[in-house]
Amino acid sequence: MAVLPVRFTKTKRDKLAQVLWVLNWISIVTGIILFSLGIFLKVEINKRQDLMVERNLQSVPNMLIAVGLIACAINFLGGKICYDCVDTNKFLRWKLVMLPYIICTFFFTLSVLVGALMCYSMLGQLEESLTLGLRDAMRYYKDTDTPGRCFLKRTVDLLQIQFQCCGNKGYRDWFHIQWVSNRYLDMSQREVVDRLRSNVEGKYLMDGVPFSCCNVNSPRPCIQYQITNNSAHFNYDYQTEELNLWMRGCRQALLDYYTNIMHSIGLTVLIIWLFELSVLTGVRYLQTSLENVLRQGDPECESDGWLLENSFVETARTNFNIIKHLGKFNQINTASNGDPNIDRPSTAHYGPDNVPPKPSPTSS
Amino acid sequence: MAVLKVTFTKKNRDKLAQVLWVLNWVSVVTGVTLFSLGLFLKVEIEKRRELMSKEVDSVPNMLICVGLTACTINFLGGKICYDCVDTTKFLRWKLLMLPYIICTFFFTFCILVGALMCYSMRNDLEESLFLGLRDAMRYYKDTDTPGRCYIKRTMDMLQMQFQCCGNGGYRDWFHTQWISNRFLDMTNSEVVERLRSNVEGKYLINGVPFSCCGLHSPRPCIQHQITNNSAHYNYDYHKEELNLNRRGCRQALLEHYTQIMQSIGLIVLIIWLFEVSVLTGVRYLQTAMENVLRCGDPDSESDGWLLENSIADTARYNFNIIKNLGKCYQVDDDPNIDVPSTSQQAQENVPIKQIPVPR
Repeated sequence: MAVLPVRFTKTKRDKLAQVLWVLNWISIVTGIILFSLGIFLKVEINKRQDLMVERNLQSVPNMLIAVGLIACAINFLGGKICYDCVDTNKFLRWKLVMLPYIICTFFFTLSVLVGALMCYSMLGQLEESLTLGLRDAMRYYKDTDTPGRCFLKRTVDLLQIQFQCCGNKGYRDWFHIQWVSNRYLDMSQREVVDRLRSNVEGKYLMDGVPFSCCNVNSPRPCIQYQITNNSAHFNYDYQTEELNLWMRGCRQALLDYYTNIMHSIGLTVLIIWLFELSVLTGVRYLQTSLENVLRQGDPECESDGWLLENSFVETARTNFNIIKHLGKFNQINTASNGDPNIDRPSTAHYGPDNVPPKPSPTSS
Repeated sequence: MAVLKVTFTKKNRDKLAQVLWVLNWVSVVTGVTLFSLGLFLKVEIEKRRELMSKEVDSVPNMLICVGLTACTINFLGGKICYDCVDTTKFLRWKLLMLPYIICTFFFTFCILVGALMCYSMRNDLEESLFLGLRDAMRYYKDTDTPGRCYIKRTMDMLQMQFQCCGNGGYRDWFHTQWISNRFLDMTNSEVVERLRSNVEGKYLINGVPFSCCGLHSPRPCIQHQITNNSAHYNYDYHKEELNLNRRGCRQALLEHYTQIMQSIGLIVLIIWLFEVSVLTGVRYLQTAMENVLRCGDPDSESDGWLLENSIADTARYNFNIIKNLGKCYQVDDDPNIDVPSTSQQAQENVPIKQIPVPR
């Protein structure tokens, strides 16, 4: 009782082969798309590497790149096979390769699915990586004279301007960090010394933010120092003032940005997975129907194509038995060689009637 | 003595017609390219319309018109060349072809003019930007005036995006009041002093908006009391180059647009050369087909040329035509001019005897 059998006439088989040839070439294009999506994601992550703590985020783009390349190769081979399947003679060339090819492609489509699911699961790792990365970037903002960290100020400023965000969760994060380097603090001033002394760790903290936090939509010139001090500025109340600085935190801004990208990529990969699966199904039908043609002997006759020759359960049992016997095969050889007492059927020839002799009565 | 004569066999003529058909369709694509270049330029200028005092739209409009006309002309040319393979079909187009070629010739001049305009637009643009930026800086503080409330945002985004400050430099902000009176504490004596010390009552400071801050500066941005060294620790404004953006926004925008214009101008020149070569091919095809018709045998060889006589002869001939066109009108008006008689006896070329007048 075959699984989903379909009857194919000669013309239908030919048409199926042609359609599959075209679809395989389209699949090569989708393989290239997968490859370029992987490259795009890699570039996007590398662009903001300074703001992320390394958390094995490169696995997803690498997976996509590898899967894209393999998809191109597999579908190129599939295209050649389907092109040859129109002619029964040429099919004989590929007869032995086709079943392994189909099994390989089946496992390959599983990896495409895994790739799509990884896109969605990456976001959790990304959030953690961004939180720690941004916290460190803000901490090293002032270290423009330390090699290896001298560009962090510029990176953070560009980020805040480009994504219209301020700080990690909000602008108040800047109040807990010393972002003005000691090189630019006048230690002879009493105010500065007082502030430094009033802090436990000796950090110069103030209620001010860098200029990149300033909101361009504000109707008044940007207030970036003494933000929480209403009396320092005319006609200003920091609790009602919403347009002065960017209100969003940069972690949320970056997360939203990457979530958009990952969702789009994940959706595209899922669609490509469905497409590959349908092409694989077509190739399976083509393979089984051509094998049945060869079994019947007449290239022009109708034949059945199916997904599995027997039901799922029987096929699973058959394959399981094959694997068990593969194991047993080794066992039998070693057991009979070692133990002479196992009851083995005799291979002697007892004359023309092949009747084994009566056992001779032993003297009691 | 024809100009650049080439002899065409039947096969050559057919091949020429087919090649020209393909080239005309390629020209339709280049016409679409011209159109989209004009559209792109228009959009780029519209994006920063607020910063320009007057519309600099002659060049994009020209490119858009030229692009559309090129599409139409080359579409017609494609149809004509497609029919030229067959001599009978060519008869349909025979009378139209010469006017078509003359029109296309003048049209290619338009393309050349369009390309040259791209390069000449710079001066117009510079003046427009100078006045526009000056006004934008003046209205920077008027975020409560309808019609001007977005100028602050436009100016800030411009200075951050192009990494520039002010019109010619950051000092332009020192001569403009960019802080609105709404945010000035009039009870503060310092503020009142400053307002009074200025002739026009403007609140001028040696400070700049935050968008002038340089991204590459190693220290936090100093945007107020820029020229006062003692107000900041370890600071000398003469030596400090990374603190603010050094470039003026006029220069930055001009460079941006000049780059765009130069690329567009180059593409238009290449398209012009292509169109001229297609036109030359069509001219050869037209003269070759006409000579075939003159010979009578559709399969014979024929000559194709650019001009039938030399350039001087052709120019003189056309000039005479135009002169005679003018003379035609003059003759009708004046009755005293000696007009040769057109009566029957005149055809025998015998002069009429004069009627003797009685003394």
